[in-house]
Amino acid sequence: MERPPAAGGPGGHDAGGGRRFGSVELLAVLLVLLVVFRNPLASLISDARLQTWTTVFVSVLVQAVPFLVFGVVLSAVIAVFVPRSFWARALPRHPALAVPAAGLAGVVLPGCECGSVPIAGSLIRRGVTPAAALAFLLAAPAINPIVLTATVVAFPGRPMMAVARGVASLVVAVAMGWLWLRLGRTEWIKLPHRPDLDGLSRGNAFWAAVRHDLMHAGGFLVVGAAAAATINVVVPERWLSSLAGNAALSVLALAILAVLLSICSEADAFVAASLSQFSLTSRLVFLVVGPTVDLKLISMQAGVFGRRFAVRFAPATLVAAIVVGTGVGAVLL
Amino acid sequence: MNRQAQAVVMLLLGGAVLKASLGDLYLRYVKAGLQPFLIGAGALLVAAAVMTLWYELRSRRTTSHAHEHHHEPRIGWLLILPVLGLLLVAPPALGSYAAGQAGSVLTAQNSASDYPPLPAGDPVDVGLLDYASRAVFDQGRSLTGRTLRLTGFVTPGPDGEPMLARMVLSCCAADGRPIKVGLTGAGPSAVAPDTWVQVVGAYTNRVGKDPVNDADVPYLQVTGWQEVTPPKQQYE
Repeated sequence: MERPPAAGGPGGHDAGGGRRFGSVELLAVLLVLLVVFRNPLASLISDARLQTWTTVFVSVLVQAVPFLVFGVVLSAVIAVFVPRSFWARALPRHPALAVPAAGLAGVVLPGCECGSVPIAGSLIRRGVTPAAALAFLLAAPAINPIVLTATVVAFPGRPMMAVARGVASLVVAVAMGWLWLRLGRTEWIKLPHRPDLDGLSRGNAFWAAVRHDLMHAGGFLVVGAAAAATINVVVPERWLSSLAGNAALSVLALAILAVLLSICSEADAFVAASLSQFSLTSRLVFLVVGPTVDLKLISMQAGVFGRRFAVRFAPATLVAAIVVGTGVGAVLL
Repeated sequence: MNRQAQAVVMLLLGGAVLKASLGDLYLRYVKAGLQPFLIGAGALLVAAAVMTLWYELRSRRTTSHAHEHHHEPRIGWLLILPVLGLLLVAPPALGSYAAGQAGSVLTAQNSASDYPPLPAGDPVDVGLLDYASRAVFDQGRSLTGRTLRLTGFVTPGPDGEPMLARMVLSCCAADGRPIKVGLTGAGPSAVAPDTWVQVVGAYTNRVGKDPVNDADVPYLQVTGWQEVTPPKQQYE
């Protein structure tokens, strides 16, 4: 592969060719301005709401950075070091069987949902059927041992909560995979253009994949974190209390709350536990929806799979999670 | 954004994460247990930046100019925001505003089992969550007859009287929820919200309700208090 010229090259804001004002220069100017105007900027956020917004925004990102970085590194390992033929051998040949197999494989990826998006993208690039990669994407953050243990701890004396969560989340993941097999179209998925890795040395290809996915998925993660922080500050919890009495409304309210708050799947059980006015079934729906659809995930999915994908996949997953969560809750809780 | 600029952004982000996690700053945002992962992630970000620059500079020497237009992700510019958040702003830990927004966390950890006796000491330091659970679920059996010392920040209660509060985290501040303890007797008065205080007092069986989520809010009979500097680990 021919490399583009470095400075003044095909960045976002400059035409190719000679040494013009490129993105490095823009970045330098931006940083100098920010350091110069540091104090006025800091005093802008002295208001309690803005300060809370900033704290939550920074926290969501600090919490997500390790998962993002490790997820991106794992996806680069998949892209560079795992041969294409591996996936054909590892997963059942028939796509309808590959879906539940990939969903169950989610057990082995402990962590939050931020890491699983780039990994699922990397799997599709390596020829894994999208249906199986999506089942993995949905299952991994919800049914891994760390998340289920956290659920047991958060609901003392109610181990069925963790069982119901595992079952419902796996059912949603497999159902969405099969739904994709029936109705999904490949052209809805538009993986971001990643520089072709084939002609590069392994080291170069690995770091190129890491850099690209970090900048891409990380940028979208910032959008999601900003949205989550806004909701966190704007929606006070007391608005919810009035909805808790009605069975149907409480399920819907907590499903939407899970989407809006975008809490890590390792932590959402503790939040669900403290929403004590709500029924156990509605809190189960909160736990099933959260790791599969939330603002942070929607923005990362839009970034990694394209907007055409996200506008179809996220609402469908939300409906599936609500229906399955309610059903499993009615039977098991 | 070209690759050199991306390398700079990754270097800044990795540096910011390292700076926050090698000091105490990260404790304002996440649990202490995340520290090794943050250090690892920060180091990987710095490595990715260095390797990007390395390959970039090497290929500049070896290949001629070729105008192949890749769409390098522009969305990556947004990663400057967390860098600014950590390096320039470094917002404080959650305080009384957040405590007023959410209901008391007490219902989350209800294991109505036998509580072990408090450690020796007079007064003895008790966490807010520990005090609240012993007071509500154990009817104060393990608390009676002891002089207790609680540390937290002041937050306005429903009746305008100051309460003592502390935020409880599971992962990060986005899931932070308050634990609140009401104060009767000679509690801190005319103290601004968010002031950190240490109160000394005794168990009382008075229990109120958090208006936000109807959770039980136990009270403490205060005999004395003083302002203190916020602890390093502000969350419980």
